[in-house]
Amino acid sequence: MISREYAFLLNGSTLASGRPVLELADIGLRFGGIQAIDGVGLAVTQGTIHSIIGPNGAGKSSLINCVSGLYRPQRGRISLHHGDGAVELVGRKPHELARLGIARTFQNIELFRHLSVLENLLLGRHTRMSLSLLPALVWFGPARRQEIAHRALVEEVIDRLALQAVRHRPVSTLPYGLAKRVELGRALCMQPALLLLDEPMAGMNAEEKEDMARHLLDVNRLAGLTIVLVEHDMDVVMDISHRVTVLDFGKRIADGTPDEVRSDPRVIEAYLGRDVA
Amino acid sequence: MIVPLATGIHHTSYASELALRNTRGEKARLGLGILALGALPFLLDSYWLSVVNAIGIAAIGAIGLNILVGFTGQISLGQGGFLAVGAFTSALLSGRAGVPIPVAIAAAVVVTAIGGVIAGLPALRLKGLYLAIATLGSQEIIEFVIRRWRWLTGGQGFLEAPPLGVLGWHVQRATFERTWYWVILGAAALGAAAARNVFRTALGRSFMAVRDHEVAASTIGVNVTRAKLGAFALSSGYVGLAGALTAHYSGTVSWERFTREVSVLYLGMIIVGGLGSIAGSIYGAAFLLLLPPLLSALADAVRTTAPFLADQLPALQVAAVGLVIMLFLIFEPRGLDRLWRRVRDYFGSWPFRY
Ligand SMILES: Nc1ncnc2c1ncn2[C@@H]1O[C@H](COP(=O)(O)OP(=O)(O)OP(=O)(O)O)[C@@H](O)[C@H]1O
Ligand SMILES: [Mg+2]
Repeated sequence: MISREYAFLLNGSTLASGRPVLELADIGLRFGGIQAIDGVGLAVTQGTIHSIIGPNGAGKSSLINCVSGLYRPQRGRISLHHGDGAVELVGRKPHELARLGIARTFQNIELFRHLSVLENLLLGRHTRMSLSLLPALVWFGPARRQEIAHRALVEEVIDRLALQAVRHRPVSTLPYGLAKRVELGRALCMQPALLLLDEPMAGMNAEEKEDMARHLLDVNRLAGLTIVLVEHDMDVVMDISHRVTVLDFGKRIADGTPDEVRSDPRVIEAYLGRDVA
Repeated sequence: MIVPLATGIHHTSYASELALRNTRGEKARLGLGILALGALPFLLDSYWLSVVNAIGIAAIGAIGLNILVGFTGQISLGQGGFLAVGAFTSALLSGRAGVPIPVAIAAAVVVTAIGGVIAGLPALRLKGLYLAIATLGSQEIIEFVIRRWRWLTGGQGFLEAPPLGVLGWHVQRATFERTWYWVILGAAALGAAAARNVFRTALGRSFMAVRDHEVAASTIGVNVTRAKLGAFALSSGYVGLAGALTAHYSGTVSWERFTREVSVLYLGMIIVGGLGSIAGSIYGAAFLLLLPPLLSALADAVRTTAPFLADQLPALQVAAVGLVIMLFLIFEPRGLDRLWRRVRDYFGSWPFRY
């Protein structure tokens, strides 16, 4: 295995590899008349890339939103395992979940658009920084020390994602592929226990996709982060995932290794007539 | 010290990059600015010095409003009300309770900050226009209380505020404006520096994150409720300081100085100066408060040569403020601060040009 010396551990989970880190049981979510998620359960293993795929409107983003606290499922349980026990996630606010180690990116890029790349990444450090007013007003002393200390980790993420050249650019001026990468960077700066990525390659050209796939592999294989990946590009999913869960109309229709899922008749049927895998 | 090279400015440490001023040019400009501010009270007569003093106080208030509107994205039409809370708190504490004036001013800051948090509660549910109306509600309530609550002002709507003084020392009549100039300059400079500092730390960044994207802010761990109320508190603290200074500077506090129009004028200042810019708040306050006296001075100057124009100019004062705000909204929504940056960047890496 390739390895490279990095000063900071980006993986915020202390769980042994191979153990279930995230467990969803019987999740049910409805919007008025639409049952967006219907009794879905799955277990994500520490250290893996676990992909969630399915046709448009299958409920993939909704599931990510439930785990990150933006949606509250009416039914079911979501538990996150740490080195020393598990916590129930349903009912907690997004900012509490961030503190528990859930980081995510969005299907449509959601960056802080008036801020620079650096400021966006530093915001990934938010939960680990002191927000006391007095040092902030004074700047010299603790506030300045804190900025410099956290800058070191942020710079390492900048190196890993090759964002050096755009460090000080306002994110609103970045091309699409780079903006997606900054969003990944912001999540990485959180040193999360679990990384949820909602279509990190959507709308990218082949070259940008390859870059992103490489970064995801780096993050998973080298930094050891567990990734839940929602992605439409089947080639990428089948190439880099350890496990794949397939949703259709809010229901789980398959779950297994890429090879098992690829040959599953229900999956083939779900994709027939739409975009065939 | 960092010297600009043909390829730009290169930093060799995070600490140097975090400094606000690096190059010789930037430091020289700061030095010139300090010199000019130091010379001002010796160059201006007491009328123009009083204009400058009013600008200094307004700059503190505008920085406060910009913290809320420009940096946190929470619109407020309650500025006048918060100025009033600061002014009346300090006047009451020092005038009636005999609290030393510096203590009364500090207390006014705290009381107004608390008032801001209460007035900010609707921001947890409302956005944009709805929030604007809700803050206008706070403005009206505060105004109503001041005018009608007998215990407060005897139903008169105004109070005497004792003149500035510490430990037996008082501002003298002869040097009134000049003494106040130093007090106001000190308060405004400290206030501006402190606000600038906040927005290069995690606390200030979390406010800007809420402004740019509430949902994304919450998923990276920003407690949006706390950030919004924190911004209301910090903002109102500044506004309370401006109110308290107004009270002791003018000697009486009356509700007429803190009406809706004042709230709108302050919004105008931060729009003209630049939303989300501390320096812009100061430029905006200066610009809008200099406009009327400059127009009057112009009217006086042309009275003999063009009496017709001289008669019209005073009437134009109010319209001019509105016109300026509109022009900025259309042509440079990012305000004077942005205009100044363009000029500065042009000369910034002198002698190298791009
Ligand atoms: N906030 C919402 N309000 C109402 N309905 C919603 C909401 N969010 C999702 N839905 C509905 O839930 C269903 C699942 O949507 P979701 O966005 O989770 O699908 P998806 O699998 O992510 O699709 P895509 O591949 O297009 O991103 C859809 O029918 C959608 O219209
Ligand atoms: Mg989706």
